[in-house]
Amino acid sequence: MTDYNFAYLDEQTKRMIRRAILKSLAIPGYQVPFASREMPMPYGWGTGGVQVSAAVMIQEDVFKVIDQGADDTTNAVSIRRFFERTADVETTETTTDATVIQTRHRIPEEPLTADQILVYQVPIPEPLRFLEPSEVETRKMHALEDYGLMHVKLYEDISAHGAIATAYAYPVEVEGRYVMDPSPIPKFDNPKLSMPAIQIFGAGREQRIYALPPYTQVVSLDFEDYPFEATKADHPCGLCGSTDSYLDELIVDDTGGRMFMCSDTDYCGARRAKGHVGAEGTPLQENAV
Amino acid sequence: MEHSSLAGGFTDPPQESAQAFRGIMRAMACPGTICDVAGAVPPAPLSVAAGTVLITLADHDTGIHLAGHYNVQAVRDWITFQTGAPLVDATDAQFVLGTWEDIDLSNLAVGTAEYPDRSATVIVDLPVLKAEGATLKGPGIRDVARLNLPDLEAFRRNATLFPLGLDFMFTCGARIAALPRSTKVS
Repeated sequence: MTDYNFAYLDEQTKRMIRRAILKSLAIPGYQVPFASREMPMPYGWGTGGVQVSAAVMIQEDVFKVIDQGADDTTNAVSIRRFFERTADVETTETTTDATVIQTRHRIPEEPLTADQILVYQVPIPEPLRFLEPSEVETRKMHALEDYGLMHVKLYEDISAHGAIATAYAYPVEVEGRYVMDPSPIPKFDNPKLSMPAIQIFGAGREQRIYALPPYTQVVSLDFEDYPFEATKADHPCGLCGSTDSYLDELIVDDTGGRMFMCSDTDYCGARRAKGHVGAEGTPLQENAV
Repeated sequence: MEHSSLAGGFTDPPQESAQAFRGIMRAMACPGTICDVAGAVPPAPLSVAAGTVLITLADHDTGIHLAGHYNVQAVRDWITFQTGAPLVDATDAQFVLGTWEDIDLSNLAVGTAEYPDRSATVIVDLPVLKAEGATLKGPGIRDVARLNLPDLEAFRRNATLFPLGLDFMFTCGARIAALPRSTKVS
């Protein structure tokens, strides 16, 4: 163990964050301001998510961190180690074993359960920010439920590209009231936002926490004649052959060669362990280096 | 040092408050679900769950209002020593504590259109807490949930204020259930 308080943050900070989390659950989709602390990592590395995880974590938790689906990127590994060191919690890469999952920009392929908590790292929590830079104005727009500008933006997508070109951070309407940014998850993940697990979104630099209680009604904005579509690359995974998981495109040489593979490394690995092999994959070997 | 207000707090605050918060959060996220919340041993008439909620969530930043016969010296001393929270009038309170009969909802903060989170959380000690009675629907509930609410009309009116409104916690012994403003009751 270390000399840190359990889960790094001091108790007064945790109480402040916990009060914000409760209000965010009571008003789904509304961004609750909180006094974000300076964390021992730079903004943009998940300081909001880390503070939320620290405030909800208990000793018995099994903690998982994914970065765009992957358990083994620098960001995911260092946040996992951070809580191993400061909270002495067990960590895992297996989605089904985890009780708290901190995520950057993906929802795991494996459906989550009521016993799990999903914590999102959020860069820009305000869905209207790129349309209206003033916080005073966007706050007023949320208060008045004035979301016309967002529909204009989606309409302009259609008039310029023939379809809604927004592929990630696709805006949603929560319980018929607040328009919310689901963080930069691919729109492929939007239909999963209504789920049995508690979802909490933490934005450290922007000092906002918002949440979706289980089974909250979440609707991706669209038009009758241009309905929302959860899209993905039209390929099977090169490693495990999955046709229904979200794929990353990987450049494999300097002559334009490419392959597609699951962005969710745990999902892909579990499939390969069961013997599924994609077109560019090789059978998984025990003790392979 | 034989003063009861010095006793009854958490013995291991980081661990016990984390455990307590998970129960409180589950209750607020899933309205009508009854969760265990323990750790504090507050003076009468406070329930264990109500006392635990206060020392988990309240501090010098949060005004607490004690309604009716909860506004007694033993409770005031305990809250002041354990949390440092100022005891305030109902209109300024972030947390309001009492029995259903003692709490006057009309004076409490319901938030503003721009900051609906600036609203009171009402902790109601109930004689019994069970998953039957009024029907609850809304976020956090898959189909319907049931809870023995002490009233119906007050909560129906509160829900019509959404996104403004009060959030309720019902405590009984070492158990808690919650009713946020987003829940529709019938």
